[in-house]
Amino acid sequence: MPETKPVLMQGNEACAEGAIRAGVRFYAGYPITPSTEIAEKMAARLPGLGGVFIQMEDEIASMAAVIGASIGGMRTLTATSGPGFSLKQENIGYAIMAEIPCVVVNVQRMGPSTGVPTAPSQGDVMQARWGTHGDHPIIVFSPASVYETYYLTIAAVNLSQKLRQPVILLLDEVIGHMREKVFIPEGSKLMVEKSSDKVPADWKPYDEKGLTPLVPFGFGHYYHVTGLFHDQYGFPTGEPSQVERALDRIHEKLDKYRDEVVLTNYIGHKEPRVVIVTYGCTVRSARAVVKKAYWQNRQPVGLLSLQTLWPFPAKEIEALARQADVIIVPEMNMGQIFGEVERYARGEAEVISLNRYDGEMISPDQISEKMGRWLS
Amino acid sequence: MGNRQEVLLTGAGGQGLILASIMLAEAAVNDNKNVVQSQSYGPEARGGASMAGVIIDIDTIECPKVENPTVLLCMNQASFNKYMPMVKPGCIVIVDSTFVKGPFREENKIQMYPITSTAKEDLKREVVANMLALGVVNAAADLIDRDIFRKVIIKLAPGGSGELNQQAFDLGYRLYEQGAEHDSGQSARTSR
Repeated sequence: MPETKPVLMQGNEACAEGAIRAGVRFYAGYPITPSTEIAEKMAARLPGLGGVFIQMEDEIASMAAVIGASIGGMRTLTATSGPGFSLKQENIGYAIMAEIPCVVVNVQRMGPSTGVPTAPSQGDVMQARWGTHGDHPIIVFSPASVYETYYLTIAAVNLSQKLRQPVILLLDEVIGHMREKVFIPEGSKLMVEKSSDKVPADWKPYDEKGLTPLVPFGFGHYYHVTGLFHDQYGFPTGEPSQVERALDRIHEKLDKYRDEVVLTNYIGHKEPRVVIVTYGCTVRSARAVVKKAYWQNRQPVGLLSLQTLWPFPAKEIEALARQADVIIVPEMNMGQIFGEVERYARGEAEVISLNRYDGEMISPDQISEKMGRWLS
Repeated sequence: MGNRQEVLLTGAGGQGLILASIMLAEAAVNDNKNVVQSQSYGPEARGGASMAGVIIDIDTIECPKVENPTVLLCMNQASFNKYMPMVKPGCIVIVDSTFVKGPFREENKIQMYPITSTAKEDLKREVVANMLALGVVNAAADLIDRDIFRKVIIKLAPGGSGELNQQAFDLGYRLYEQGAEHDSGQSARTSR
């Protein structure tokens, strides 16, 4: 195996590099702080790879262009921040309904509205889940390091292809802008095979039996694409049984592949009394706390970091709540994942939120202080 | 945590501190150390407050934000006023005496160097003050192997300015070797 040389890489750069590694050759976007470096990197790299970079007139058009390129058979990415993510919502819903793969990156900044453009936040967790209307499924990843950004971007591209489902990559300003030393493996195969290579003879675009691969336009199959509820061939329908079946079907995809979609990582004591549950940059502060409390002081504490926010890791929280006395949920918002953790703890453990929304990171000291009284 | 260095480079937007921090971080990678670089700045590219942090360690680095600086560089008065109070005894504090006028308290050993004015006078280019500051910082805190650092400057300096930036870096070393200025603002340097 060749020696892998470490490189200094920024989170946003890692996102762009991961996307390219996973075969993304189409980017449409409208630059916005703190996501702009992703667009810059894609603009610099894609033309040389035979890909396409388009700066569109706004985020609505960017999302539409990405959907169009996807149905034309390209792997696609777009990146934005809160204000632009709001604008993309309608077309994200369309992509979910029409089952068109794409990856949407939101590097979160302090909101609401234009907020504080350069300040970090984790305020878009619920927007990522419910920003577009209707009872839709969604996959949302939230990396906690530059390397995680790289491999979760690859996972996002591959899963979106495999499940014909938009995937949201929810970064925050801290992870997007920080640089760290990473090892990027060379040569290994990181792209899933093209789903269109395995098209069955009786292929239907929206087969009611379950997931069928996407056959891009121009590859021998003719079908209709719409945001309306549709039958197996893509033509609109309002027939109640078909409507219900169609909605069930797009949810079943995620249930069936849950183990590939829901990613979490537990570190710490095997019988913890206090567990921190968090995601994104807040994982970093929590890890510093657990390193000290568990590694050095052997206290019964642990950390569950959520790489996947949606579908919510309910099973993992249920198991944790049966073991721990207390679950602390630090997040840089007024409490968004907290409500979900409380729901799935089902009263088995006390769930406490730790919130910060002044545009600064939650520090290890803040978490230690919150944890302190449960360990004495 | 004995090996950890937490470096804060502070000043005004436009002084090149974020680029300086990226070079320091890249040099740390090339020197086989773990490193995390982060930054915070206002919405304006020039003139606002700018701060970049670089944590260098042999151990893994969890929290990316500098909490206990071991090295603080202040390139303007506002950053000196803001960051000086968070410094604990033992932290190496380096200020650009071109812009920072005190107050300097006894308990903090503050090293003053005429960073920007030297860049202007000796190299005729104020823009390389950031590299000159990096030279002083690296010499004072002994962070990264000097030759590795010089190569990184050539690699990362914007188009064609590598040599000038390297000169500025070396000039920073010379400033450090000549010694800091006294509190009164009098230069301790011998005549050049």
